Order: sequence, then structure tokens, then C-alpha cells
Amino acid sequence: MTLILTFTALILVAISIWQITKIFELSQGNKENNQVATYADNNYNGKLMFAFLLFLYGLTLYSFWAWGDVLLPEAASEHGSDYDNLMWISFAIIFFVQTITQALLHYFAYKYRGEKGKKALFYADNDRLEAIWTIIPVITLSGLILYGLYTWTDIMSPSQNEEALVVELYAQQFNWKARYAGSDGVLGDANVRFLQDFDGKNLVGIDATDPNGLDDVVVQELHLPAGREVIFKMRSQDVLHSAYMPFFRAQMNCVPGMITEFAFTPVITTEEMRLSPEVQAKVKKINKIRNEKSQELLAKGEEALEPYEFDYLLLCNKICGASHYNMQMKIVVETPEEFEKWMDQQQTFAQSIQ
Amino acid sequence: MSTAAAHVHEEDHGHHHKETFMTKYVFSQDHKMISKQYLITGLFMGIIGIAMSLLFRLQLAWPEQSFGVFEVLLGKWAPDGVMDPNVYLALVTIHGTIMVFFVLTAGLSGTFSNLLIPLQIGARDMASGLLNMISFWLFFLSSVIMVMSLFVEAGPAAAGWTVYPPLSALPQAQPGSGLGMTLWLVSMAIFIASSLLGSLNYIVTVLNLRTKGMTMTRLPLTIWAFFVTAIIGVVSFPVLLSAALLLIMDRSFGTSFFLSDIFIQGEVLHYQGGSPVLYEHLFWFLGHPEVYIVLLPALGITSEIIATNARKPIFGYRAMIASILAIAFLSTIVWGHHMFISGMNPFLGSVFTFTTLLIAIPSAVKAFNYITTLWKGNLQLNPAMLFSIGLVSTFISGGLTGIILGDSTLDINVHDTYFVVAHFHLVMGISALYGLFAGVYHWFPKMFKRMMNKNLGYIHFWVTAVAAYGVFFPMHFIGMAGLPRRYYTNTAFPYFDDLADINVVITVFALIAGAAQLVFLYNFIHSMFYGKPTEQNPWKSNTLEWTAPIEHMHGNWPGKIPNVHRWAYDYSKPGHEEDFVPQHIPLKKGEEELQH
Repeated sequence: MTLILTFTALILVAISIWQITKIFELSQGNKENNQVATYADNNYNGKLMFAFLLFLYGLTLYSFWAWGDVLLPEAASEHGSDYDNLMWISFAIIFFVQTITQALLHYFAYKYRGEKGKKALFYADNDRLEAIWTIIPVITLSGLILYGLYTWTDIMSPSQNEEALVVELYAQQFNWKARYAGSDGVLGDANVRFLQDFDGKNLVGIDATDPNGLDDVVVQELHLPAGREVIFKMRSQDVLHSAYMPFFRAQMNCVPGMITEFAFTPVITTEEMRLSPEVQAKVKKINKIRNEKSQELLAKGEEALEPYEFDYLLLCNKICGASHYNMQMKIVVETPEEFEKWMDQQQTFAQSIQ
Repeated sequence: MSTAAAHVHEEDHGHHHKETFMTKYVFSQDHKMISKQYLITGLFMGIIGIAMSLLFRLQLAWPEQSFGVFEVLLGKWAPDGVMDPNVYLALVTIHGTIMVFFVLTAGLSGTFSNLLIPLQIGARDMASGLLNMISFWLFFLSSVIMVMSLFVEAGPAAAGWTVYPPLSALPQAQPGSGLGMTLWLVSMAIFIASSLLGSLNYIVTVLNLRTKGMTMTRLPLTIWAFFVTAIIGVVSFPVLLSAALLLIMDRSFGTSFFLSDIFIQGEVLHYQGGSPVLYEHLFWFLGHPEVYIVLLPALGITSEIIATNARKPIFGYRAMIASILAIAFLSTIVWGHHMFISGMNPFLGSVFTFTTLLIAIPSAVKAFNYITTLWKGNLQLNPAMLFSIGLVSTFISGGLTGIILGDSTLDINVHDTYFVVAHFHLVMGISALYGLFAGVYHWFPKMFKRMMNKNLGYIHFWVTAVAAYGVFFPMHFIGMAGLPRRYYTNTAFPYFDDLADINVVITVFALIAGAAQLVFLYNFIHSMFYGKPTEQNPWKSNTLEWTAPIEHMHGNWPGKIPNVHRWAYDYSKPGHEEDFVPQHIPLKKGEEELQH
């Protein structure tokens, strides 16, 4: 029944738009039969062009006022502030250019709208002007390119840090696992061929004949010590995934058949982050929304939503199938002491396959 | 074939002859009819593509809610009116494929290259009418197969429009990677063949069939754009074909070009030694130039319409040609900016950042030249002109954020988020659609001998312009907040709960934009039959197509083809009574021809 009703409603809406359009057309069609813009048309459309410029500015200002707080969450990694600087500089340039060019475009469209007896200026070329607006972008972009490349090299150069913590991120449809190298500091060899060994207890396919792998630790929640560089080695067992950690300005694809790498140093622990005013404001806002939703759910006799508490997250950011939208892992950044304590409680690979 | 040869021969002399319904409307070799066929097929595909986007926008604004319309349109894939996650992915995939290839490549380039190349360069028809006809029917066939794939038992392809393996290669990975994916690949292979035949024809026609006096530097910028677009297509589409063929091999014949070390559904697969990154390279070697295949024709159309309606020469004609060529060259060496975080060597990231940001330079030149063309003009604000100005606006807004995405460093955190979706929809989606609309409003009289209703055109433009920014401007914000694209719903992350309102705003604007297209559709269909009959040169334009008679005929011009004596942009030239001087008017005594 709903089926027929919706279908009818849809058809009716389409027909009514069609009819309104037709009525509109008939109501003004007879007065003048000219389908080329008249001076009156030029006049009001030119003015609308100017109004549209105001709309663009208004939309921009409103968006920043209403949603400015969602932009770029606070950076929690060492290179995060470099990233953010580059981002805000690029943004400043973009906004400057956008404001000026849109103003010129729409203002000219308004100012030079066609009028009776007016003749356009025959102005076909000006080498100097062309040179100016070629050279200015060249200089601006050269600056951005150099700054960008400098930061990129800084972030992406393979780490030589011997003290760094090596962690494997392991992706599969639709969850994440992490593997730590254990006391020897070396990840054991691994391959998807070994996944079925030990009745499926070999969660990431560690080669049991490689002694380096026996003390490896496989977990479902990523713990990281603050202040120490982490080198991530990424693997996937089935399709492409992407390990996306927005708070750390970090992302790298996980590719079946190869190991990809990304390194960063987390600097703010989860506890510290929860105390940051920005995050607290955000949590408050979200819990208000969730509260309202809970009220609705309770009224319908369903369960209320859990209150939200801040945590760092690892998200999948490469389309990977039906549950792509829910492929996540919690990241806990803690002090080195807390990290060691947590690590001591975990089972090694050797223990887990017994 | 002998009849076809005779047919072409007859055309060359511009003789009329008896035609059957089949040769006139179906298997026509006349470029004007083929262009209409492209346009109508493209618009039909566009309706499907846009409707799909409205469906998944509903799901994103009100996730996992029951909608009657889902139940009606999606049937068993939306039990009780709640959309299934696999269907969501299928919808975004097919929306992307249809809009990029079927609407904005074939629908835009196919329509206007076919209509305008012979008419604007002064040729009787395309170099090969037969190839042209085959090109259209291959496109039609590929459209049919793509639409058919929507009705496959397990659903159509759902791996994103880029169909990265292994997701697209393994039926175990998602339901859409079964028969639906096979049909997608077959459809695309046929589409590529169609596109190649079309492009080769365009190139040969522009190079060989220009009328007397039509030198390359007198060509209208539309033709330059179509010509260069065709060259990019010929260079890059074959690479996509090879990627598609290798993917078919991996899927159906057990090869391992793109696959290695895979364990799925409790089973180790035999694939060894391939790499998905190879596929990404092959795909984006077309995929990025494809952006310009979509955009350049729209810019070409805009150049023509802005100059005509500003009653001014296009500013910096030669700089415009140079920037088209620069964009075309650079477009083939920037594909890696889609792969900064794919796992390829970071050094390559540096190289691609460099080449990518360089593209901003010719793009900026084009934008500034459009703005200067408006300066001190006498703007006739016809619907086509409004859409052209709208195009420049979205081209700037969308292009500027490319500076962020093309920078490998900044890409790390916004890659594959809604920031990307906002960027490319503005810069190539909306801009190219505006180009398509501008072209339809401007050349409708040439195609259908009647005028479209201008007031409906105004409504169409203003509602669309406001709604398009309403959709894509807020999208930058949710992208910067870190929201990944292609998520069926954001409710799995309480962290994103405060973005839900923005998603509702976006969807409401999307629905308004969708409704505005019905106005266009009505105007288009109604004017085709009942529009006001047109004059021969309604916009007082300089280009040659307006010297051809209103009534379509084989060979385009009765008698001799007009010779060309000047460039296409002598608008408001001092020393002339009228504010336009068509290309076929000889120079007056002592008159200087600018630009050459």
C-alpha cells in the first residue's frame, strides 16, 4: 500500500512541477514572443548576478560561523603542526583569490549588463596583463610547491630512528589488528598462507618457523606511547583498505601483496586530549545531540544511545565492501609507563597458539 | 557498403534525396542527427545518474530510515524501505560512472563535437560519416549494457567508479563484483571503442576539412577545445582499455596482474605477484586526463558563448589556445596525485605535486581571461550566458581547492574525504554540466530549429546555481572534519554526530537542484515541438554554423561552402555598423585583421 502511495505521490509531484512550469510559461508567453534576452532581462539578471555574489559571501560566512568548529581537529602528532601551518597558508591564499575573483566576475556581470545604445569595447589582447596573471600564479605556486615538498619529504622520509616502535597494521574486511614486534624488536615473517594454521588462531598469518615472530603481540586495540616515534608497516589480507588517522594527520593505503609504511610521533595522550577545551566543547555538543536522539528513541520504546567519550580512531578510508562504513579501531595514546604496563599484559604469538 | 559510399558521395554535392525513417533517424550518418542522438541518450543517462544521487543523498541525510521511494525503486535491495549498504555502494559507483563517462564525456563532447566541428570549420560533414555512426551506436550499446547491469540478480558494480581491484576482481569480496562487474567492464570496453572512433574522426576532420581561409588560428575556441580533447582521448583511453582487459583476465582467466597474496572467505587464493598499484597507475593515466576530457569542451563552449553574449572578442585568444595546449600536456603527467598515499615511492609524490600544481597556471590564465572578456562588455544575459558565467564561478571555486588536494602533504589528511567530493563536483561535475546546459540553450535553435523558453531557462539557472553551491560548499566542511566518502552512514562514529545537520542541509539543496532539472527537461522537450521558430542567427554570432540554413540539409550549405576571411571574434569592432562581423565577411579595404 505504501508502495502505491509513494509511487503516486512521486508522480504527482513530478506532474505538479510540470504543470506549474507550464502555467508559468503560458502566463508570460504571450506578452512578448522573443526568446532572446531583452534589456529588461539583462537588467534583472545582472542585478541577480550581484545578489548571487552576496549569496556566495553570505554562504561562506554562515558556514564558518555555524560549522567552523568542525574543521581540522586538533593535531596530536609531531608533524601535525607543520601540516596545519601549510594548510592554513594554502587556505588563506585560496580565500583571498576566491573573494577577489568571484567579486570581479559577478560585479562585471552586473555592471556591464547589456543596455540600449551601449557598445562593447573592442579589446582583444594585452600582453602585459597576460604576463602579469601568468607570473603571479607562478610565484605563488612556486612558494607553495617548495613549502609543500619540504614538508612532504620531512614526513615521508623513511625513519632511521633505532628507538622507534615498529607496529604492523593489519587490515581485513572489516576490522583492524595491530602487531607489535615484542622484546626482540623485530616483526616475524608473515603471509596469508599461514592464516589457517593453528585452527585460525594465527590472526595475521605469522610464520611459526621464524623465531622472530614468536614473541610478537597481536591485538585489536592500538596502544601507542606518547613522545616515541612509531613506524607503521601496513598489510591487507583481501582488498585495498586505507589506514586513516585524522588526528595524527596520517594516512596510508593497505595493499594486498605488499607492505606500505608511514611513521609519526604521537605527542598528546588520550587523557590529555580529553581535557583540551576544543575536544571538551566537541564532546559536549555531540552528547547534546545524542541526548536528544535518545529521548526520541526512548519515546519509541527503543534503547538510548551511549554517551560519547573522546577516543582517537583509526578509520578505513578506501572503499572495501558492505561494512566499509564501520571498519574502525580505537587508538589509545598513553604515557610510556602505561604503555609498558599494558604491553606486559598481552599474550605473545607463542602463547596464543598453544 | 556500396550504398553507404554512394550516400556519402551524394552528400558531398549537397543534393537532397529520399530517405527512409531508418536512414534519417536511426542509422543516420549525418553529423547533426548523430549529435542529437548523443544529446538525447546523454540526457536519458543523466536522468538516471542524477536520480541515483538523490537516492543516496536521502540515505546520507536520514540514515537507515525507511523511505517508500527506496522500496519502489530498489525493490528487494531495500527491504522495508531501508537501503542495503551494498546498494548504497552500487548507487555511488554507477552514479559516478554514468555522470563522468556517459553524460559528461559522450553526452557533452559527443553532442557538441558532432554538431559544431563540421558546421564551425565549414565542412559538409565529418571525415567519415560511417565511423561516426558506428561510434554513436557503440555508445548506445554500452549505455544499454550499463543500464542492464542495474537489473542483475546480485546488483551492479559497487567498487566505486574507479573499480580498484581486488575489490572489483573478486566476487567473494562483495556481491556487485560478480556479473554486475563483468557487465560494467564490457560496457566500458565498448564505450572506449566508441570514444576512440569519435575522437579519431574529430581530429581528422579538424585537420583536413576546414574551409578555405579557416586557418588553425582562425578556429573558434570551441573547435580548439574539441580538437585537443579528442587528442587527449586518443592518448589516454587506450590505457584504460588495457586496464579493463587485464582486469577481465584476472577475473575470468586466473591471471595475476593486479592480485597477490589474498585470503578471503576462509580461503587462500592462488594469485601471486600482481599489484593493485599497477591498476591504479593504468586507471589514473586515463582517469586524470578524463577530467580534462570532460572539462575542456565545456570551457570551449563557454569561450564561444561568453564572447558572443558579451559582444566582445574573447580576451587573449592566443593565450587561451596556449593554455588549452598546456593543460592537455600537463594532464597526462599528473595522474599520480590520485595515488599519493597508495604506497608508491614518496619521491614520485614530489614529482606529481610539482606537475599538478603547475596546472593551476594555465587554469588561472583562462579564468582571468574570461573575467576580462566581461569587462566593458555589453552583456546579453541569455540563459546560455548565465550558465557560462556560472561555469567560470564554479571552475574557480572548485579549482582553488585543487591547490590543497594536489599538494601531497595536504592530501594525506583530506584524501578520499568529502573534501575531495566537494572539489571535483564543483570543478568538473557542476562546471561541465553548466557547459552542457549552456551549449544546449545556445545551440538549441541550430539543432531543433526552435528556441527554448528563456524565462524557464532563467528559473533553471538561478535555482540550480544556488542549490549547487548549497550542496557542495558545506561538503568542504565535513571533509575537513575527516569524514570519509563512500560511507553508507556516519552513525557508526559518534565522533561525526555533529555533522548530521550539515548532511541534511546538503540533501535538501540536492533535492531542490534535482527538481530544477525537471524545469529544464520540460523546457527541452516542449520547445522541441512547440518552441518559437528561430531566426537564422538569433544570437548575432560570428561563427559559420549560423550561416547555414535553419532547415537541416545534407552537406550543411546549399551551393558553395562560405570562405573565411577573419577570426571568430570580431564583436563590436570599430569601423563596422553592426556589433558583429561574421567570419565569412571579407575584410574591408584597409581593415586590419587582429590576432594573425
